[in-house]
Amino acid sequence: MAPGTGKRVALFATCINDTMFPSTPKAVVAVLERLGCSVEFPTDQTCCGQMLTNTGYFKQALPTVKTYVKAFEQYDYIVGPSGSCVGAVRHQHPMLARHAGDEGLAKASEDVITRTYDFTEFLVDVLGVTDVGAYFPHRVTYHPTCHSVRVAKVGDRPMRLLEAVRGIDLRPLPYSDQCCGFGGTFSVKNPDVSVAMGADKAHHVMETGAEYLVTGDNACLMHIGGLLHRMNAGIRTIHLAEILAHTDAEVPA
Amino acid sequence: MTATIPRLTPAPPPGTFLGMPAFPRAAKEALENQQLRKNLRHVTQTIRAKRSTRAEEVENWEDLRTAGEQIKNRVGRHLDQYLLQAEKAMTEAGITVHWARDADEANRIIVEIARAKDTREIVKIKSMVTQEIDLNEALEEAGIAAWETDLAELIVQLGHDRPSHILVPAIHRNRSEVREIFREEMGLWGVPAPEDLSDDPPDLAGAARAHLREKFLRAKVAVSGGNFIVAETGSLVIVESEGNGRMCLTLPQTLISVVGIEKLVPTFEDLEVFLRLLPRSSTAERMNPYTSIWTGVTPGDGPQDLHVVLLDNGRTKVLADPVGREALRCIRCSACMNVCPVYERVGGHAYGSVYPGPIGAILTPMLRGLDSDVDKSLPFASTLCGACNDVCPVKIPISDILVHLRNKVVEKKTAKHPTVESTIFGGVGWVMAKGWHLALVEQFAGLAGKAMKKQSYIGPIPLPVAIAWTRSRDIPVPPEQSFRKWWAAREEEGK
Amino acid sequence: MSAREEILARIRAATVDVVEKDPVTDVPVDWVYDQPTPLTDVLDTFEENILDYRARIVRTPASGTADAVVAALAAVGAGSVVVPGGVDATWVAAVEAAGIEVVRDDPPLSHDALNRVDAVITGSCVSMAETGTICLDHRDDQGRRALTLVPDRHVCVVTADSVVSDVPEAVHRMKASILEGRPLTWISGGSATSDIELQRVEGVHGPRQLFVVLQE
Repeated sequence: MAPGTGKRVALFATCINDTMFPSTPKAVVAVLERLGCSVEFPTDQTCCGQMLTNTGYFKQALPTVKTYVKAFEQYDYIVGPSGSCVGAVRHQHPMLARHAGDEGLAKASEDVITRTYDFTEFLVDVLGVTDVGAYFPHRVTYHPTCHSVRVAKVGDRPMRLLEAVRGIDLRPLPYSDQCCGFGGTFSVKNPDVSVAMGADKAHHVMETGAEYLVTGDNACLMHIGGLLHRMNAGIRTIHLAEILAHTDAEVPA
Repeated sequence: MTATIPRLTPAPPPGTFLGMPAFPRAAKEALENQQLRKNLRHVTQTIRAKRSTRAEEVENWEDLRTAGEQIKNRVGRHLDQYLLQAEKAMTEAGITVHWARDADEANRIIVEIARAKDTREIVKIKSMVTQEIDLNEALEEAGIAAWETDLAELIVQLGHDRPSHILVPAIHRNRSEVREIFREEMGLWGVPAPEDLSDDPPDLAGAARAHLREKFLRAKVAVSGGNFIVAETGSLVIVESEGNGRMCLTLPQTLISVVGIEKLVPTFEDLEVFLRLLPRSSTAERMNPYTSIWTGVTPGDGPQDLHVVLLDNGRTKVLADPVGREALRCIRCSACMNVCPVYERVGGHAYGSVYPGPIGAILTPMLRGLDSDVDKSLPFASTLCGACNDVCPVKIPISDILVHLRNKVVEKKTAKHPTVESTIFGGVGWVMAKGWHLALVEQFAGLAGKAMKKQSYIGPIPLPVAIAWTRSRDIPVPPEQSFRKWWAAREEEGK
Repeated sequence: MSAREEILARIRAATVDVVEKDPVTDVPVDWVYDQPTPLTDVLDTFEENILDYRARIVRTPASGTADAVVAALAAVGAGSVVVPGGVDATWVAAVEAAGIEVVRDDPPLSHDALNRVDAVITGSCVSMAETGTICLDHRDDQGRRALTLVPDRHVCVVTADSVVSDVPEAVHRMKASILEGRPLTWISGGSATSDIELQRVEGVHGPRQLFVVLQE
């Protein structure tokens, strides 16, 4: 029996994936369904709100807390392909509710976040799998994004999942613990520092000789990928879920 | 025309911290200094690795951090009690205790004590708090020369410069720059550097030893900060490396210690926690070379006239903010700046404060208030990567406080009327409030994607905000179909 | 209002949210104090860490201490040495017999006079193995603080029974000295700086050479 059999999972696509990187949530759906889960996409969902919260717009972020609770409260498993967005939901939503003096919402949020998982946590901890049957015969380097490690605390789960991919040639990334410099609105409020950090990260990625840079967060990938593309580095960026979804030799788009 | 009064000590650079440009502009200037970036990268990466080793070799490091957090919380939440207890113990031990509401009051107290001793110079131990109150310039104006005796502070003072790091203030200078400073300046203010001074660090340290020994042996008054005051016993604690601290604490007859009111620990036993946390987090040593602990006057040994100035200077404002008050636990170790990727790129000067790096980005605007451009920009001088939170020996949630202060900046800026930014984010808030709002916006993104479907990336876009991203980074073309639309189509097919 | 009254009033206003007035009840501290750090051999660890600071150390039975002190003074190149009043008389006799000039701090030496002495010999109070730290509480066998600061070489005798595992035990043992009002100086190797490009340089203002005689 597939490990996900009988598990009803709500996909938290995240706004950036929904709008800009739909191939990532599609890949999540593919992997989860392959593992036997029944996946639903509550269409009321929007965003974790961290772009607003982290820029200081707490009042404007509050509706995202309400929307999240309303969209997901009836599910046992809420899974998002982003350590950063999942981390923001778990770490900031109750704070936003309390800041607005809404204790009822804070309690509701505290309840729903106990059932909110990063995609890699759900695979490893809930489904108990690291080998998801993926095949990806390419040179790949993995950047552990800051929020996935330090806020969502996904630990080595992404690496364990990648190591189980058949055909993969995993290259260690030097200085992998260093931030790429994206930082949400930091990237436009402090563009010079952001680019300086991102350029260092891009150079470290190039040193690995990888064909693909993989992370669990498309926002960071958009920043590093934007630099790699401007540099004509010839390295593609890819979300972890898309590697895990891949089962044959075809090169993903 | 007024006559220029010759200075008693090397002049600091013109201007004040508060007059400095906001962080993004200061950071851009710093980034263009290649030597600075090279020096910073070397130093921060070296010490970062060492700190990590020193923390990992302590089996119960996380318990120690929790203890540091709890003890300091206990102090902060009951600060009045502990200050009164400390004041009583210090007074009984023969220390004269002074209280200062702000920098001016503290400086006045110190100048008065020095004047009463009829001295024209004082020697100083490196202390963040005396930089915070700009004591050296207050003494200079009063006709008293203040000599920095820590090697790095000496480099900064002789270099007419400002410190850029709380532990290694001359982190931005390399050895050949130091040699030039010593050769040009030492002779103007005391014992000159040897003619054949090399740029070898032991030689440079030797020149500092010779230059300062004359000052130590003749000084009548010394000024220090303080790492800890033990409330129970009234003992002061200073940790240091070079022995310049011991010189200042031991040889002059009068010692004035300026200490922030948050620097208390309840009991002597609590030092077992902090004297393990601090050296491993700051210099990444098992123990710093010298620690001095004194409890009032010891007849026949050391200074016979001891003063402690307890300084507020904004600390009670920080205490009044239940979120921000956690920053008062800071023991000034500098681990957060050593691990900070932003600090590593831009250095300390860009923060426009004596407290740079992540701790400075939260502490400075809270101590000074969110009024100036530089103070309003500091909470945004971080990617929120969180590396600082993990190394802080007293577990200050720096990222959370940064976000909290960002909210305060926004509320302050939009109190009277909306700004361009708040209008944009009001729009973002509307989009993200409901699923169908987001779906609507995705329609437009899809149309843009369709129009540009021949390419996958977009280059520079000459529009406000967009140019900040696209000057150096390409941006992917939005897909024609959002995930939401794809899902709806799939559901439709499935029916 | 005085500055004192005003600052206290500001603090009370700032902490008005703190309801529980007993600090110990309000914020419990989970730490268990005065616990030893497990070490295979306390003295070996102490020796290793002293050496790690690039200080020197010799181990000797009690009967050999006087000779070891003389040898240490010779090794650091001391022609004169200041001796606190309470230092073991047999060590002093051995030093004098070796032809090294012994200087007494009675009456107290001026800073300049002290600056002309090559070295100092002292006992010590407590030491910590894990950090290689020696604590002085400036009793008669250690002298006033300036004696172990101004001369450029320090020969320090540490008895094996005064070496504990780590900071917690040492702090516990030194509480008595604090309650007596004694100043404490903790020494971990010689004076050092890393202020220039983080390169460690031994010896700035304090004694540039530390020689430890560990008496077992």
